Amino acid sequence: MVGYVKADYEGVISTLCAGCGHDSISGSIVQACYEMSIEPHRLAKLSGIGCSSKTPTYFLSNSHGFNSVHGRMPSIATGANVANKDLIYMGVSGDGDTASIGMGQFVHAIRRNLNMCYIVMNNGCYGLTKGQDSATADYGSISKSSSIPTPYNAIDLVGLALELNASFVARSFSGDKAQLVPLIKAALSHPGFAFIDVISPCVTFNNNAGSTKSYSHVRAHIESTSELDFIAHQEEITIQYEEGESADLELFDGSKIHLSKISADWDPQNKYSAMNKLNEAKESGQVLTGLFYIDTETEDFNKKLNTTDVPLNSLKQSVLCPGTESLEKINDSFR
Amino acid sequence: MSESMLNDMVVRFANVNGTGSASANEMFARALFKMGIPVSAKNIFPSNIQGLPTWYEVRINGDGYLGRKEGIDLLIAVNPQSLEKDIASVKSGGYLLYDNSKKMYDSFMREDIHFIGVPMIELSKEHFDNPRQQQLFKNMIYVGAVCELIGVETDVIKEVIADQFSRKAKLIPPNHQALELGINYVRDNINITLPQRVQRVNKTNNQIVIDGNAACALGALYAGATIMAWYPITPSTSVAKAFESYCKKYRVDPDTGKKNYAFIQAEDELAAIGMVIGANWNGARAFTATSGPGVSLMNEFIGLSYFAEIPVVLINVQRGGPSTGMPTRTQQSDLLSCAYASHGDTKHPVLIPSSPDECFSMTAMAFDLAERLQTLVFVLTDLDLGMNKHLSKPLSWDSDRHYDRGKVLSAEDLEEMKEQFGRYLDVDGDGIPYRTIPGTHPSLGSYFTRGTSRDEYAKYTEDGNAYVRNVDRLSKKWETTKTLVPPCIITEASQSSSRSLLFYGTSRYAAMEASDLLTRDGLEFNIIEVKAFPFDSKLKAFIDSQEEIYVVDQNRDGQMRTLLMAELEVDAHKLKSILNYDGMPITADKIHRNILNALNKAEISKTA
Repeated sequence: MVGYVKADYEGVISTLCAGCGHDSISGSIVQACYEMSIEPHRLAKLSGIGCSSKTPTYFLSNSHGFNSVHGRMPSIATGANVANKDLIYMGVSGDGDTASIGMGQFVHAIRRNLNMCYIVMNNGCYGLTKGQDSATADYGSISKSSSIPTPYNAIDLVGLALELNASFVARSFSGDKAQLVPLIKAALSHPGFAFIDVISPCVTFNNNAGSTKSYSHVRAHIESTSELDFIAHQEEITIQYEEGESADLELFDGSKIHLSKISADWDPQNKYSAMNKLNEAKESGQVLTGLFYIDTETEDFNKKLNTTDVPLNSLKQSVLCPGTESLEKINDSFR
Repeated sequence: MSESMLNDMVVRFANVNGTGSASANEMFARALFKMGIPVSAKNIFPSNIQGLPTWYEVRINGDGYLGRKEGIDLLIAVNPQSLEKDIASVKSGGYLLYDNSKKMYDSFMREDIHFIGVPMIELSKEHFDNPRQQQLFKNMIYVGAVCELIGVETDVIKEVIADQFSRKAKLIPPNHQALELGINYVRDNINITLPQRVQRVNKTNNQIVIDGNAACALGALYAGATIMAWYPITPSTSVAKAFESYCKKYRVDPDTGKKNYAFIQAEDELAAIGMVIGANWNGARAFTATSGPGVSLMNEFIGLSYFAEIPVVLINVQRGGPSTGMPTRTQQSDLLSCAYASHGDTKHPVLIPSSPDECFSMTAMAFDLAERLQTLVFVLTDLDLGMNKHLSKPLSWDSDRHYDRGKVLSAEDLEEMKEQFGRYLDVDGDGIPYRTIPGTHPSLGSYFTRGTSRDEYAKYTEDGNAYVRNVDRLSKKWETTKTLVPPCIITEASQSSSRSLLFYGTSRYAAMEASDLLTRDGLEFNIIEVKAFPFDSKLKAFIDSQEEIYVVDQNRDGQMRTLLMAELEVDAHKLKSILNYDGMPITADKIHRNILNALNKAEISKTA
């Protein structure tokens, strides 16, 4: 498009642990934005607090960033989004930031269908504060710091998002770039709340035997809903698709998501079939990834608010201030 | 009839909430206003929807003293639940109007007050069929009775009723009928003449009657606020309702029907202020309104606004604290927790209006200040100001006024700059850096906003020197703030005095009246009205020149006194507290009494 090279999408060097899953996700974000030729300054990157929330510094240096407070990134994103609906919003969070302190704001951002890409870098533990269990740690799993196997049921953010009628729900794995990059591209194009739960092993605190979020456990149990390709609206379709079960979904801006190798019992546009598929996988101990559900007709928060076509932050005083004549009338109404 | 009984009384209505009494009582107060008589009405309501006692207290004062006054001259008792208490509250020699459809308990009778019985519900049932209507029209019957007792012009009250129901014209004749039933009953059956009467004067010329919350909402509207994120809480909810209602009228594009605003009911107060911060970060003027408990919840984000330097306007309509406190009573007990909100070394500008027109102008000013200073600005009002309708100067707006959007770099600015852009770099020496709005320029001006320490170029750092430079610059910014917030207003006594009366916010009404009472006693006091925090240099200089300053605080712990000592290093002995914290607005009599007692004690201790 405008002559951006890959370097334009990078950030500063990561200070995360060597081998951290989050760095792979940052790489996928860079790749996805580059392939879509997004203008970096037209994207705002937001995060909460935690190892995952540090990552926005490691991608898109020419984007404004906001590393806010623990668990409250959705409210910042909401205000920013309503102030300027024309930017692209990428929110990055962790399982502590979203599934514990941030649980309330996560739910309500989904309820409002805020137009943003929301990525949880999910490692089942609190990395930055040295390894406490998070609410997504599976029942019976063991992390490096736990003295006992987790006695509580995990909060499944994907299951919760489906239950809340989120309009785009996906899960991926930091080690599966081939799946993650098109998912991010689709999420960025989706005109509503696009949620991707990315399992991202913590090499320091939760990559051991007994962990269900370790590299080895995930690789051994991973299963996918389908193969996914994202075709931006201005791209030509050059890929040859194999015969077999597949679906083409057109998005609002003309982009397409092509799903192939889908089983007969899953319809990506049916929430309940997605929930069944998810539950089946859980029963058999598999980690199901891929796009679970998408509503291509969805109406985002700004549409629901019926705000004007130009960004609110561009409105001038002459439009906003009713003026002295109107004030006289207002005064009269109080006499 | 003596002059002093003219246009000088306190009338109190004792009702059950949810019975339509508020509307009837307001029409009574409005009729007095239309007769040109200064009047102040206060709603004393319960934290409940229906069925509990509620009072409506109207002070009528031809001299314009509209602060609360103790001592009820005429009480209209329509709530059996509170009847005993209501009878006890009437001044000796006062009057009690009651519904004698039921006989009054002998044990409740008092020899020293006059009981006036009107068969309200009986009359209502005689003339109206529907039980709900009987209840509503009963209210209008007692309004008629009161009007007749004190001399409210019948044409005026009838016109007020007609205005009230102009959109439901069918209701005008029965309301007029009910009014006349009350008027005629008194005329034909009551032989008591009240010494307190009202008479038309010309003292409300050009003034308006408006509640502070609506005025704040209008201030935000005029200041160009496009986003309000809020959470309901008594007594600030009506700020939000008013803002939405004015936006529907003035901020809808006539061609498309789309909104030039966003009105967002957040899931809680933390989300509300988070949205406000996100919006302001992204270049839109956004605000919220809440009360004490909400501010407590918002403390973390308030600190973020301070340290990351993001404009925010936060309207705090104070109520009785602490904790859930007294949700429907007034107090001034959030002064300290707002001035110093959030952990760490923080200080925030606080604007303190006393009247509705100041609610309007100070809320509008808060937006300019927040963007100029790149920080959170509190507008500190209270339930008494926010939820009661007050006589006020008209709201005013200078047609030549332009919004001050503060130091924001445009794309051109960024390209023309020779130096590197530093988000937290003090360029002009006032402690205020320049900022950029997301989306401004493809390759210049982006930076990371964070609540952590960072250097002048917004790069994360744990270096102690960088941290110290940053917070010292915030102190410099605070010095700039002192020059921008409204200064105190000092009115010196006609004869030079080393004694002052200092107050803030709604205490003004009682304090000004008390000052006149003291003058009458031959005691001269300078008057200091604090309009904002931080304090200006004039205040420090004046306080230093005084021997004794009485500080009116509507809270238990003398918070303004504490703030003066902390910020201006005033000697504790110089500042004497006058406190009021029972949830009702302070009265002039209380201030007057307190000062006389203090002076007497001082005299006694001197001669002892």
